[in-house]
Amino acid sequence: MSLTPIQAGAPVLDTAALGRLMPLYLWLGPDGRIRGAGATLGKLFPGTPLIGRELMDLFALQRPRNLDGVADLAAQAGTRIKLTQRAAPHTSFRGLAVPLTPADGIMLNLSFGIAISDAVREHRLTDSDFAPTDLAIEMLYLVEAKSAVLDELRDLNRRLGEAKAAAEQQALTDTLTGLDNRRALDRALAEAVRARRPFGLMHLDLDYFKAVNDTLGHAAGDHVLARVAAILGEETRTADRIARVGGDEFVVMLPGLTDPKAVERVAARILARLEAPIDYNGAPCRIAASIGITSTDFYPAPEPDRLLSDADRALYAAKRAGRGRVTVFDDGLAGDAPRSEAARPGAEA
Amino acid sequence: MHGLINRAVQCFLRDTYGADLWRAVAERAGVGADGFEAMLLYDDAVTDVLLDAAAARLDRPVEAILEDLGTYLVSHPNLEPLRRLLRFGGVGFVDFLHSLDDLPGRGRLAVPDLDLPQLELHEEEAGRFALLCRADHPGFAHVMSGVLRAMADDYGALVLLEHETLDSGVARIGIHLLDQSFAAGRSFELAAMPVRA
Repeated sequence: MSLTPIQAGAPVLDTAALGRLMPLYLWLGPDGRIRGAGATLGKLFPGTPLIGRELMDLFALQRPRNLDGVADLAAQAGTRIKLTQRAAPHTSFRGLAVPLTPADGIMLNLSFGIAISDAVREHRLTDSDFAPTDLAIEMLYLVEAKSAVLDELRDLNRRLGEAKAAAEQQALTDTLTGLDNRRALDRALAEAVRARRPFGLMHLDLDYFKAVNDTLGHAAGDHVLARVAAILGEETRTADRIARVGGDEFVVMLPGLTDPKAVERVAARILARLEAPIDYNGAPCRIAASIGITSTDFYPAPEPDRLLSDADRALYAAKRAGRGRVTVFDDGLAGDAPRSEAARPGAEA
Repeated sequence: MHGLINRAVQCFLRDTYGADLWRAVAERAGVGADGFEAMLLYDDAVTDVLLDAAAARLDRPVEAILEDLGTYLVSHPNLEPLRRLLRFGGVGFVDFLHSLDDLPGRGRLAVPDLDLPQLELHEEEAGRFALLCRADHPGFAHVMSGVLRAMADDYGALVLLEHETLDSGVARIGIHLLDQSFAAGRSFELAAMPVRA
């Protein structure tokens, strides 16, 4: 079937050529009946010859709305139209209608638009169902490429999440003070004992810290802890390891400093510094500390756990003797029960 | 080098020769056993160190390993999404060959920072093509040989390939298409859902 030229000399296509250019075209006569349809459109209505059918029987018109018939559609020439297949799977189309001669009616060219993936799947379309100028295949390519890349990114995020969790698990730093944490301390102690490197050990517990937290709030408490960490750093040597092992408990490992008198001197300096109130936004925070000391020299075969619990016993003795004191472990304290489990290093924090 | 490429080498070694071999190669190359992330960028030199380590460990030339990598990219079930992306290039093998001119553009559509080599297909006479590969890295052309071989199988085409390096340094893959529909090939439906890698 052929179209009539709109004006003399205008090019005219036969419907076969038109179908190759626009596999989703519909030619509607003035009566609203289909006179021609592209092959791909025919594929969407298997077993239903399209020629002679009324457009409105096969499609619901979503845009423009409230049109009575093809004559109205012709009047709307040039505006975008939106159609939906009345039968399942209700594929939707967008397109454009242009008027032909009054005797020939109008020409519609349709496209799947954003529903392309569904349409291709539901109607089992292939490459040859699309005009070579149509970007449908590129669109499908992009959809799959995007899914493949998203899958990779999802995997990457999962692996990064796992790595982050593992890194936190293996972290060796106390995030509030920047000091070593309990895990780092345990490593350093084990390493020194294994390598038979002697050291002194100091266990420090803040006094009145809870009062600061309770009266001035946790931010003040955090500020005090950071300040204490700084003082411990200033009063010890670079090679000394300082760890925060509980809420307000610190352990200092002093390599080579095994003479308890020498360790006591360091402890006394620290206590003196901590006696001065710590300023928090103009509010003085008054704390003090008690310190227990031990040394690898006290043991024929030093063990980290033993040293830690003996330093803890000495600390407990210092607290009992009144706050702000230093006590060096001796065998007389060995029978003392260590402090309650809750106060043991590593049990908090 | 784009992580996708390093990751492809890693997955190829792991899927083809086993996790132990991958670990041995990674160790030899000074790469962590976790290997590479597909969406990150790496120093170019890392790729060569990795390939040299694989060649030494497998006692095979790098070129042969790269060609097998190309075949793996198309034919391994884990990479079905990639095979599908390549199949979008054309309905038949000849269409596919012509689509290779657009490969860098298609690659960038999928992954904007993926820099694939410029490919140029010449039809020299009926059934005889030459694919010129202008890559910064000479290894790309060997990967392409493997890809072409596997894609020919995928389309069911029978081809002979020959690889040479021209005086200009450009790699030339001669493609002799003996039969475009020699075998049934593997099916490809536009809308089939890709298998997750």
